[in-house]
Amino acid sequence: MMRILKSRILKGVVSLHIEPELSKGIEEAGSELRSLIRKRYGRSLHIREVDTGSCGACESEIISANNPIYDLQRFGISFVASPRHADCLLVTGPVSKNMLIALKSTYEAMPEPKFIITLGDCALDGGLFKDSYYVCKGVGSILPVALHIPGCPPSPIDIILTILKFLRKKE
Amino acid sequence: MDSSEIIARIKEVLPDFEALAVSRPYADEVLLKVNPLDFKGTSLALHKILSSPVMMLFACDEREACGIFVIRCVFVDFKNSQWVIVSMDIPEQHAYFDTLAKSMYSAANFEREIWEMFGIEPKENPDLRRLRLHDEVWPKGDYPLRKDFKITQAGNLSDYKFNRVDGEGIFEVPVGPIHAGIIGPGHFRFSLAGEPIVNLELRFGFAHRGVEKLFEGKLYADLLGLAECVSGDSSFAYSLAFAQAAEKIFGVTIPAKASILRAIFLELERMHNHVNAIGGMALDAGFSFPHAYASIIKEAILQLNEKISGNRYLRKINVIGGVTQDIDEVRKELIVDSLKRIKYDFNELTKILNSSISFMDRVDTTGVLRKKTAKDLGAVGLVARASGIPMDLRKYFPGIYDQAKFKISLQESGDVLARLRVRINEFEESCRLIEYFLAKIDKNEGLRSDFQLKGGSALGYSEGWRGPVLFWLEIGPMGLIKRCKIVDSSFLNWQGLSFAVIGDIIPDFPLCNKSFDLSYSGNDL
Repeated sequence: MMRILKSRILKGVVSLHIEPELSKGIEEAGSELRSLIRKRYGRSLHIREVDTGSCGACESEIISANNPIYDLQRFGISFVASPRHADCLLVTGPVSKNMLIALKSTYEAMPEPKFIITLGDCALDGGLFKDSYYVCKGVGSILPVALHIPGCPPSPIDIILTILKFLRKKE
Repeated sequence: MDSSEIIARIKEVLPDFEALAVSRPYADEVLLKVNPLDFKGTSLALHKILSSPVMMLFACDEREACGIFVIRCVFVDFKNSQWVIVSMDIPEQHAYFDTLAKSMYSAANFEREIWEMFGIEPKENPDLRRLRLHDEVWPKGDYPLRKDFKITQAGNLSDYKFNRVDGEGIFEVPVGPIHAGIIGPGHFRFSLAGEPIVNLELRFGFAHRGVEKLFEGKLYADLLGLAECVSGDSSFAYSLAFAQAAEKIFGVTIPAKASILRAIFLELERMHNHVNAIGGMALDAGFSFPHAYASIIKEAILQLNEKISGNRYLRKINVIGGVTQDIDEVRKELIVDSLKRIKYDFNELTKILNSSISFMDRVDTTGVLRKKTAKDLGAVGLVARASGIPMDLRKYFPGIYDQAKFKISLQESGDVLARLRVRINEFEESCRLIEYFLAKIDKNEGLRSDFQLKGGSALGYSEGWRGPVLFWLEIGPMGLIKRCKIVDSSFLNWQGLSFAVIGDIIPDFPLCNKSFDLSYSGNDL
């Protein structure tokens, strides 16, 4: 414990190791995001993530957006374990037939008001997999989608900026 | 061991063995074509002689050309750095074969796959429930990998039958397909007697996207992007295996520089995934500080990837015949500098983990996969290495890893701690390998070789961070893919997880799961 504290004091803030430009971008976008979320969602926007057959890269980037460098949580966005706690459903993947029932029941389990964000090119229209026999062509054909975050996979900073733009428009 | 020696060894076990055809199309592949009656015996003999699990077992539909299905079974011969492929033709009217699964467990899931995708029945296989095409949404009778497949959806839907454990006080805990975390979809059904788990049944297929069918009928050059998206966290290993299969068919030798660059990128991919898994293990044991630390290291590697290749997940680098991205002096320096910091941070991370008594107590002797069980199940890759089976394609099909004196990481105990240690050792080894390879880059060499289009079939393979990634490709003379069979190491390793958790309690399951860190999308394809 003492060693960890000592190294923490000696090292300072680790997230400063990233490039100043990126760091500035995150901070600026983040503080605006925080104030918008404070206004609209009472300090926290809760997101439930559902993977409907993505390759795993989108998940990896969402997890990266929660690491200490981007740290979405400090701007008021947190990922929750249950749809009952969520304001927003974040869907990745092209919606495999096997996930259709699970996706719909997750959406139904969420309390109103609720909205859906899709993340990654597959979730928009099936992407690379759209000609497959086992894929429903994107989330939009099944449930109402409020926002799409493009990219394969979108980087954490893209995720932050797209959500920010969306909330600005909603104002 | 050349092909005549293999046949002599098989004859020791099967005295009247006679192969219909024997060939060696590439230096590292031996093809044995046998009579359908001999198929089972030959496969079992090879399984014993080479002590290799069934690495692949798959069917090809050639009814249009000659009215047959071809079944191929792939074994690996580590001693002689080669793959042995046994094949048989079965006529359309008699679409069945004798099951191998009763004698070799590693064939079991492959047979279920052949049954659901082609409608070829493995006779007497005790478990023919469908793996990926779920009974609730896909009627029986539509076999998607047949060439003449059309969606009819005529049959009836039914329910999936889970294995039941009966007895007083036994209860079930179903989990998934959607889990609490940000993770792929899969269903786990625990049967418990009090606290200890007595049985864990896995049900997958939720991420099934019909990838193998998507490959068919398309031009080889357009498919690297699809190969990268089979399992997005090992994009590079996938595109590498795909490119290698195509290069073998076209007879291309890639420039030495390209193979060095490929090795560097492959090791970078291994590093960011291993450190992610190490952090995940710490988190699942409730130790969040190392997890945060590990995710900073992961981010540093991802950002390094982006700077040197333009993509955080090392996509769009591999092409048939070489690579597109060069590592020049500037990038080289960048990698060396970043590696220094990454190594320092990683060292700190392992110190924190090793000095925490409660963490070590939690991972030690948890989730043990015994060597014998791992062998019987046909575990491969990192999971096998943690259980004391020295299995690493980089060691046995070395290429340029030979001159780098690659050292295989091996642990005997097969528990979570063993898998953690293998990851730590491999991370450090990867750092060393990258530094070694960087010094070997020759500035003046080209990045790509030219080639001529040719038809044929070949096996491509690479050692991804989870274990071997295998691509069996058949390309027509015009460059269109006829059949593509992909096997991710997760497909063979998931069963290991269900044995590792037996006797443990449910709260240890996430920890065990993260220590395996297997792919959902790679398994479900």
